[in-house]
Amino acid sequence: MSVKLIEVRDLSVYYQGFKAISQVSFDVEKGDYIGIVGPNGSGKTTLIKAILGLVPFEGSIKFGGLSLREFTLKHHIGYLPQRLSFIDSKFPALAKEIIVSGVYCCKSFPKRISGQDYRLAEEIIDILGIRSISDKPIGVLSGGQQQRVLLARALVHHPEILILDEPTVALDPKIREVFYSTINKINKEKSVTVILVSHDIASIGNYTSKLLYLDRKLIFYGTFEEFCKSTEMGDYFGNSQHFICHRHQ
Amino acid sequence: MIKIFQQIVEGLSYVFIQRAIVAGSFMALGCAFLGVFLVLRRFSLIGDGLAHVSFATVAIALLLNAHPMIISLILVGLVSLLILKLNEKAKVYGDTVIGLISSLGIAIGVIIASSFGGFNIDLFSYLFGNILLVSRLEVIITIFISLLVILIVVLFYHDLFAITFDEDYARVSGIKVGMVNKILILLTSLIVVLGIKIVGTMLVSSMIILPAISALQIMPSFRGTILIAGLLGVISVVIGILLSYILNFPSGATIVLINFFIFIILFLFGRLNIIKIKSL
Repeated sequence: MSVKLIEVRDLSVYYQGFKAISQVSFDVEKGDYIGIVGPNGSGKTTLIKAILGLVPFEGSIKFGGLSLREFTLKHHIGYLPQRLSFIDSKFPALAKEIIVSGVYCCKSFPKRISGQDYRLAEEIIDILGIRSISDKPIGVLSGGQQQRVLLARALVHHPEILILDEPTVALDPKIREVFYSTINKINKEKSVTVILVSHDIASIGNYTSKLLYLDRKLIFYGTFEEFCKSTEMGDYFGNSQHFICHRHQ
Repeated sequence: MIKIFQQIVEGLSYVFIQRAIVAGSFMALGCAFLGVFLVLRRFSLIGDGLAHVSFATVAIALLLNAHPMIISLILVGLVSLLILKLNEKAKVYGDTVIGLISSLGIAIGVIIASSFGGFNIDLFSYLFGNILLVSRLEVIITIFISLLVILIVVLFYHDLFAITFDEDYARVSGIKVGMVNKILILLTSLIVVLGIKIVGTMLVSSMIILPAISALQIMPSFRGTILIAGLLGVISVVIGILLSYILNFPSGATIVLINFFIFIILFLFGRLNIIKIKSL
């Protein structure tokens, strides 16, 4: 029996007077791997930020039946934000310092980092294969390397839900496939629920169990196979366009 | 050379020099512990803005015949929270808010000084401070406040680090970003008020900014940057006070110049990769 992890109902978000997203409803079940796709400016990042409680919204979002205000178990969530390729090149922190900061969510005041926390960091460094860069300043790393460090930060505390916002923007095609495979492995082997934002349907369609197509409102939500056959998407793209679906096995 | 050494020994034998070095060093440590966070969050000018506000608050205190430090502590603290609020809520950029409040502070100070007069000499002595005139009580207050600032920064170190690197992630991690920001800005107002006696309202922000940006030139780790900034701040105070004694220069300005000199050296060394401390 499927377990509802996140319930989103009639979600609307206003941004500087404009309705960025309108009346969006969907459920996320435990173990899902959801790809949120849509054109630029369709509200993908806004949706993620609303789920994380980073922007005010109308409607309701529940985690395990609890509202965002009641849901205090932040350590269940791992988050990889968008656009951190803009990290200040002079920021004085080693990659390892950034990775271990992922455990802050599990700490009460005053936060202290233990030997166990460093061991968790070492473990994820090995899993993601970033040992060679872990002692380097974050600012000198390439965009792709920084992205993997931030993924390690999101995973270090073994979250149940992993939310990734455009994680592969700074990655070249080869690294991008490795990145998607890693996330896929984490989803399959550790039953981590993954919500991944991308504008690249072709790539994430290979891995996700469900696709959510957003264009300020919910256009489609279902499996990849349903997506390919859906009349909603056909209507959305219009008769003048068509799309070809295929999946690599 | 021997003469300079003798002058240094002679200077160190004076109680007012000893007090200045102790008070200045503790203040430099407090400034450095805050400076790294403020500089990296593009908030470094807040020290400057609050210092200019303290010019007005000192004028108000002198007008009311009250103690300038006590009045300034209250008013500068309140203004610092106002800056934070405007920065968060109003559609105005952070540096613009600081510039606005800063010029308002100076304007109010000048109007009070020119309209009511009688205390202009006292007021203008706060522009550049005089570390050599700090009393025993002021040294004790400086040590207490600086240690308080350092203790709070140590307690909130991980929260401050998370917010400085990535504010959204810090919020997702459950860190109370608003509260930590308020603490940071209130501590800054505390240290600024403390600094007006030592280097004056015009120069106090340099004690916050310069050691931090000097340490950033050579340190790759966050904790190391804070510790090195503290060390550089203390070195600047000690050398600055002794040099000002030997050359008969104003102490506050000499401390700032030494800080700047250290920054230039480390900037050049950093560029040429001569000094690169691995981590602390």
